[in-house]
Amino acid sequence: MAAERVKKLMQGNEACAEGALYAGCEFYAGYPITPSTEIGEILSYKLPLIGGKFIQMEDEIGGMAATIGGSLAGKKSLTATSGPGLSLKQECIGFAAMAEVPCVIINVMRGGPSTGYPTGPSQSDIMATKWGTHGDTPVIAVTPSYVPEIFTETVRAFNLAEKYRTPVFVLFDEIIGHMREVVTIPHPGELEVIDRAKTDVENKEDYLPYDNRFEIPPLAPFGEGYRYHVTGLNHDEDGFPTNDSKKIDAGNRKILAKIENNKEDIWSCEEVDTEDAEVLVFAFGSSARSASFAVREARKQGIKAGLLRPLTIWPFPDEPLRKAASKAKVVIVPELNLGQTVLEVERTLPGVKVEGLHRVDGEPITPAEILEVIDKYK
Amino acid sequence: MAEGAAVKKKQKVNVPFDYDKYLRKGKLPHIWCPGCGHGIVLKSLLRAIDKVGLDKSSICMASGIGCSSRTPGYVDFNTLHSLHGRAIAFATGVKLAKPEMNILVTIGDGDALAIGGNHFIHACRRNIDMTVIIYSNAIYGMTGGQVSPTTPEGAMSTTSPHGNMEPAFDACAVAEASGASFVARSTAYHMQELEKVLTAAIEHKGMSVVEVLDSCPVYYGRQNKYKSASHMMEEIEKKGTVSGAQAKNLSEEEIGDRFVRGILKQDKDGVEYCDAYDNLIAKVQVKK
Repeated sequence: MAAERVKKLMQGNEACAEGALYAGCEFYAGYPITPSTEIGEILSYKLPLIGGKFIQMEDEIGGMAATIGGSLAGKKSLTATSGPGLSLKQECIGFAAMAEVPCVIINVMRGGPSTGYPTGPSQSDIMATKWGTHGDTPVIAVTPSYVPEIFTETVRAFNLAEKYRTPVFVLFDEIIGHMREVVTIPHPGELEVIDRAKTDVENKEDYLPYDNRFEIPPLAPFGEGYRYHVTGLNHDEDGFPTNDSKKIDAGNRKILAKIENNKEDIWSCEEVDTEDAEVLVFAFGSSARSASFAVREARKQGIKAGLLRPLTIWPFPDEPLRKAASKAKVVIVPELNLGQTVLEVERTLPGVKVEGLHRVDGEPITPAEILEVIDKYK
Repeated sequence: MAEGAAVKKKQKVNVPFDYDKYLRKGKLPHIWCPGCGHGIVLKSLLRAIDKVGLDKSSICMASGIGCSSRTPGYVDFNTLHSLHGRAIAFATGVKLAKPEMNILVTIGDGDALAIGGNHFIHACRRNIDMTVIIYSNAIYGMTGGQVSPTTPEGAMSTTSPHGNMEPAFDACAVAEASGASFVARSTAYHMQELEKVLTAAIEHKGMSVVEVLDSCPVYYGRQNKYKSASHMMEEIEKKGTVSGAQAKNLSEEEIGDRFVRGILKQDKDGVEYCDAYDNLIAKVQVKK
């Protein structure tokens, strides 16, 4: 008989660190920042116990750069930050996307702009995650709502990073980062853990880090005889810079296409009563917790309300949204910002009434507030 | 018999160094301008690597952005052309994740001391095992000749058109003060000395910094009225420096604003960062 699973009351940030270890993370580089600091603290204790490495770098930029370096050396690598740190990391994140180096970036969102409200929650980095670094950059971002889900979504983030050779964000807010809930730790092997694909070239000199035969070419670790080149410049399949306009075009499109072509694999959504929903709530993270409650209450009142809760916010789940909103008269988008995700919902659903519900006072959106908006459409 | 000995001796002296062993010949010619000293630095570096006997697959050469940062593209190692200022931080990640790798960082003075200054001083402080080679030409070459942290006071550049009003950094003094366990300076003029210094730096366990005084005749030389690349090299690197041995017999006043060459600091007793981390792992795993 299998041993009982360990159940533990833990904080969201602790669940994140445990999820990273479950996924096989062996390298962490970062810089302390509220409200994500516990993730680094826990990993500074736990990584050496399993022979892994933790380093507190001199700044946020160095944290991201060293994370990419650790990944190039073959380790599953992680960093954690919050708003101001995200701003500082953006150039390096673009490098990881361009050079196709897998890594995971945790962003425990706090109030912004600037230093903002460090100890308060927000969901105001949605667009900064997608558009923060310059250029047309591929982005995957997952958005857990519950502490146990932070564990599983952190594992999924590592899987997506390794599978698609790209940086992946885990976005949650200060509320669930610091909330405590019971997490049941899965047994090893219970959750899928994806490791980096290995190259099968027989002659190491033939290895191409951006081999055009593959949609996602295997990335060989540094130090194992492949001796390839990595650059943030537009490059050819051998990794060296190119000025060939056709190759520049192809390379820029390829890094976006690998995400676009695999959206269905990357998307994950929870649907509650969406089949006949006339009032659809689209909510993620902590706002989805309140939305879930509000939709249940509305149903009790006889309102055909439903909830679409995306666990992947980038690439934006437009097809699942269109499907869930097929009978909707209105889509309500509660979020802790002044209107970010709501823009994507409007883009996805032309002709459908979309109403945003926004708070930026450092307090969560309550179920009652969402219910009040739902009630307008009964 | 005597003739045989002469032949043997001749062979020993004239065996040409096999640069091709280390170069990605398909990626040449390099981007460096005629008269630039970077090629000399690369040549000395390859000879030093050969002398130490490093396995090519064990080397990670990381760089930032700039003329000197194009070096990794030309050499047959694991090469990482990273972001402006970030080479040392990227390299720190590679080294810590895989301590058996030998890390060489080839960057310019702006990359090391301006935009990447923070990473530079903290890598020195950690005493992490890598060799940072600063191609120090006192100018931003790739962007066309702007003032850098090592541009001498009064010198002309495209962003100091009235003469540089800021004092220059002494890269070696910064490295020493920050805790690097090996610090040296040489020049692109003193090729043999440079090779020796680079060899010692690579052999050293811990953070080693080598500032190589280099010249940019196109962007620094023209704006500062040097007649030619060789004139500039002679003025700056030959007349502008004194060897460590000479400096011992000179007063500070006699040295003046000339740079002292040679190994300036070599502390073999300091604990290297990755070794310290391995000790930590051993300690906590026993406790567990």
